[in-house]
Amino acid sequence: MSIDLGMPQLGGLDLVPQAEAPQTAKDFTSDQEVRWCPGCGDYAVLAAVRSFMPTLGIKRENTVFVSGIGCSSRFPYYMDTYGMHSIHGRAPAIATGLAVARPDLSVWVVTGDGDSLSIGGNHLIHALRRNVNLKILLFNNRIYGLTKGQYSPTSETGKVTKSSPMGSVDHPFNPVSLALGAEATFVGRAIDSDRKGLTAVLQAAAAHRGTALVEIFQDCPIFNDGSFDVLRSPETAPQRLIKLTDGEPIRFGPVGDDGLGTFAVVREGFGLRVAEAADVDPADVVVHDAGDVHLAFALSRLSDQDLTHTVTGVFRDVQRTTYDDAVRAQVGAARATAERAGGPDLQSVLRGADTWTVED
Amino acid sequence: MTSTDTRPPTGDAPGRPSQPTVVRRDRVVIRFAGDSGDGMQLTGDRFTSETASFGNDLSTLPNYPAEIRAPAGTLPGVSSFQVHFADFDILTPGDRPDVLVAMNPAALRANIGDLPKGGIVIVNTDEFTPRNLTKVGYAGNPLEDDSLADFQVHRVAMATLTRGALESTGLSKKDAERAKNMFALGLLSWMYSRPQGSTERFLREKFAKRPDLAEANVLAFRAGHAYGETTEAFAVVYEVAKAKLPAGTYRQITGNTALAYGIVAATHVTGLEVLLGSYPITPATDILHELSRHKAFGVTTVQAEDEIAGVGAALGASFGGRLGVTTTSGPGVALKAETIGLAVALELPLLVIDVQRGGPSTGLPTKTEQADLLQALHGRNGESPVPVIAPQTPGDCFDAVLDAVRMAVTHRTPVILLSDGALANGSEPWQVPDVAALPTVDPAFATEPNAPDGSGAFWPYLRDPGTLARPWAVPGTPGLEHRIGGLEKADGSGSISYDPANHERMVHLRAAKVAGIPVPDLEVDDPGGAAELLVLGWGSTYGPIGAAARRVRAMGRDVATAHLRHLNPFPANLGEVLGRYRAVLVPEMNLGQLASLLRSRYLVDAQSYTKMTGQPFKAEELQDVFLTHIPGAHS
Repeated sequence: MSIDLGMPQLGGLDLVPQAEAPQTAKDFTSDQEVRWCPGCGDYAVLAAVRSFMPTLGIKRENTVFVSGIGCSSRFPYYMDTYGMHSIHGRAPAIATGLAVARPDLSVWVVTGDGDSLSIGGNHLIHALRRNVNLKILLFNNRIYGLTKGQYSPTSETGKVTKSSPMGSVDHPFNPVSLALGAEATFVGRAIDSDRKGLTAVLQAAAAHRGTALVEIFQDCPIFNDGSFDVLRSPETAPQRLIKLTDGEPIRFGPVGDDGLGTFAVVREGFGLRVAEAADVDPADVVVHDAGDVHLAFALSRLSDQDLTHTVTGVFRDVQRTTYDDAVRAQVGAARATAERAGGPDLQSVLRGADTWTVED
Repeated sequence: MTSTDTRPPTGDAPGRPSQPTVVRRDRVVIRFAGDSGDGMQLTGDRFTSETASFGNDLSTLPNYPAEIRAPAGTLPGVSSFQVHFADFDILTPGDRPDVLVAMNPAALRANIGDLPKGGIVIVNTDEFTPRNLTKVGYAGNPLEDDSLADFQVHRVAMATLTRGALESTGLSKKDAERAKNMFALGLLSWMYSRPQGSTERFLREKFAKRPDLAEANVLAFRAGHAYGETTEAFAVVYEVAKAKLPAGTYRQITGNTALAYGIVAATHVTGLEVLLGSYPITPATDILHELSRHKAFGVTTVQAEDEIAGVGAALGASFGGRLGVTTTSGPGVALKAETIGLAVALELPLLVIDVQRGGPSTGLPTKTEQADLLQALHGRNGESPVPVIAPQTPGDCFDAVLDAVRMAVTHRTPVILLSDGALANGSEPWQVPDVAALPTVDPAFATEPNAPDGSGAFWPYLRDPGTLARPWAVPGTPGLEHRIGGLEKADGSGSISYDPANHERMVHLRAAKVAGIPVPDLEVDDPGGAAELLVLGWGSTYGPIGAAARRVRAMGRDVATAHLRHLNPFPANLGEVLGRYRAVLVPEMNLGQLASLLRSRYLVDAQSYTKMTGQPFKAEELQDVFLTHIPGAHS
C-alpha cells in the first residue's frame, strides 16, 4: 500500500504502455546461455523475475534492465528486454538519466552488494533520496564472487576470505537501514529461494512510484556457500524469519493455538524486541505499518546481521513526488509558458537583449 | 610625468567645462582592477556591453581569484577584467592595458607592471590608507612619491565622490560606497564616449526588486560621467570608431554562453531532446546555469551527485534516444573517463565538454590551460578512440558544439569538446546565426530488425558500411529488444564475445569508425605565399597566434598560420601541410602535447613553444618567438 502524502497519486507503471497480448516467461527469455555457477541463487531470482514480468502486463519493449558489474550484473543479458550491462557501481546513475528521459519505460536496476554498497554507494543513496522511478534489485550474497571471494561491505566482521586471512575487520552495512537513512520511499527484502515472498515484494515494488530498493538474500555456493541456510532450513527458519504483512500483527515461528506464530515483535524503549506471544498482551504486539519509517528502521535492526532474526517483506512503502516526474513537470511548465507566448523561439534566445546591426 | 590632481567639483563653482580634446584611437585596452568584492567583473562586463552596442570589435579577459572573497585588500584578492576594443577586427583581449583602473593599492600593485610607459592610471585614492598600503607591501604611498612617474596618473576619490552623489538617497555610508564601481564605469564611459543608456537600463533591471539600489547605482554611474565632463582634470576624451565587421546582426557572447546556446540549438538541428548531466565545477558551471533556463526547448538538466553520475545520466538518456551531454573541467573528465570508455563500447552518442583549467589536480580553477588534450585523446583504458574538437574563439564555441553533435549522432560515438578558461569567460562580438540555416542532423533511429540471416532478429552491432556506425535502437521499439554493455561484443550480432579474432576486429572497427569521420581540410593563412615557417595552433591560442602573425607580417616577414579545430581525427591534409614548410612551430598552453602528437604521427620536426602561467599568450610575446623561428632569422 502507499500512503497519500498529498501528492498526485500515480502508480509505478501508469505511464508505461500496456502489452496488447498476454506475455509469458518465455517471451522474457533471451537466447543467451545463462552462465552463472551451478547452484547460484541468481538462477532462482532470474526464474522468478522472468515469471513475474509478464504479470505486470506492460510492453516488453518498454522494459529495461540496467546493471553494473558483478555476477548478478549479467542479469540483463538473460532477459529479452532492452538492457545495459554498464560499469561498476554506476547503474543507478545511468538508470536515472534513462528514467528521467523516458517516462514510458519500466526501468529495473540489477546490482550486488559490492556494486551498490561499495563502489557505487554514492549513486545508490542519491537515487534513493531523489526517489527516481527505478526498481533496484540488490542481490546480496555478502561476498565478492566475480573476483573470486573477497569480503564485501555486507560480509560479517571476522569473515575469513582470500583478502582477509585473519578475518575481516570491516563492519558491515545493513542495506535496509542504509536505504531508510537515505530517504528511500520503498524498501523490501526477500530470499532468493522464496519464490512467493520474492514475487510479492517485486509486485509491490513495481506498483510503487519512485525508487524501490529490494534486497534479495542470495546464495553464492562457491565463495559463501550456505550463508543463508539458517533462513531456509525447516528446523531453523521459523524461529528466525519474520514475514511482514502490512496491517497485520508481527507474529512468526511455529503456529500456535491462535493460528499465528508463537513469537511476536513488541516495542521496547525506542526499538523492538522479540517475545513469546504467550507472554505478552496481544495489544502490545506491533502491527506492521509500511508508512511508519521509525518502525521500518527498528525492524531493520531487530537483531545484528547474524540472521538471528531476519525480517522480510515490505518495510516501507510511502508516496513522495518522484524526481523524474518533478523534472518533467518543470520542463512541461516551461514549455507551456513558452508556447503561450508563441515560442519557444530559438532565434530570439540567440539574439538576446542587446544586439547591433552592421550594414553592408 | 603627466599627473593631474583632481578634487571633487564644488557645488558653488560649477563653471562651464572647457571642451576636452577629442583624440581618435584605432584600439584601446582597458583593465578594471579592484578587490574581489569591488564588482570589477560587473563593471568590465557593462563597459563591454556598451562597447559592443556601440559597434566596436572587442575581446575580453576576466581574471579573478578562485576564492569567492579572498581577504579584502590583499594581492590574492585582486580581481580584474580587461577589455580590448577597436575599429578593426581584433583577435585578442590585448597584451598590455592602455588604461588601468585601480580601485585599491592591491589592484595597483598587482597590475602596474603590465602597463606600458605613458599609460593612464586612474586610482581610487580613498583606499590608499597607510593600513591598506602596508597590507600589500608598499613602504610609502605610490601616489605621493614618484614611483608612478612613467604614467599619467589620475587621482580620484571615488568612494567620497560616490558617497556625496548619493547623499540624497539616505543609504548608509557603506552601502553608498559600494556603488563606487559604477562611478568608475561612468567616468570611463565618458572618457571613451560610450553610450550610457544600456547600463542604466541594465541597472534598473538588475535591481528591479530594490529600486533604491537601482537608483543609487544609476546616480553613481551618472556622477562618474559628470565628473569626467566637469572637472577639467581629464583634458582628453577618446573615440574609437565602429569596426567594419561583415554585415549582420551582432551581440556580445562569452564562450560558456555560446556552448550553452549550441546545446540548445542541438535540440533544433537533431530533433532530439537534450539531457545534461552535470556537477558544478569551475570554469564550466555557467553552462549548467544557462541550460537550466532553457527547459522549454526540451533541455533537461540533472545536477548529479558527482561527475560520474553526471556523465552516467547523460549516457542513460542517450540509450533512451535523447542527446546526452555532460559539462565539466579537467578533474571531472578524469572522473568520467570510465563512463566515456563505456560509451565508446556502447557506441552511443554523447557530448562531453571539458572547459580546461590549470592542472594537475585542483590546479588553478579560474585560470586557463590546454593541458587536457592528451587526457581527452588517451585518458581511458584500452584502445578507446574518441573524436576531439576544439573551438578557437568564444563565438566559435557555438559552431563547435553543433559540429560535435553531428559527429556524435551520425557516428554513434562520444565526442569530447575542449574549451578552456580563456574562451569560457572571454567575450567577443558574435554574428547571430540564422536558425533556419543551421544544417540538420538525422538521428536515424533503427525501426526494423536487421539480421542478415533473415531471422527477424535485431543485431545491434551490424554497421553501416559507409560510416561504420551501428544502429541506434531505442527502448520502446518493438522487435528490437537488445542488450549492450561494456563487455566485448561480437561484430554484428552484439552478443558477448571473448573470441580473440573478434576482439582484434572490433578494436580496429572502432578505430576505423572514428578515423573515418569526415573533417574539413586544414586551411593555411599565408598572405605572402612565401612563408617558410608554419605556426600551428589549436583552441584558444587562435587569437594571439593570429595577432602575432599580423605583427610579424607588418614587419615585412612571412609566416604561415593554421589552426586545428579537429584534434581527432586530424584533417586528411595535415601531413601534407606540415611537409610544405621548412619549420613548424606549435605554441601551446601545455608542455607540448600537440607537438608530440605531430612528431609521432608525421615524423615532422615540430618545435614547441609552451606557456603554463594560467594566462593566455600575448601577441607581443609570440611575435618575438615567431621571429626567432623563421628559418634564417638570425643570419
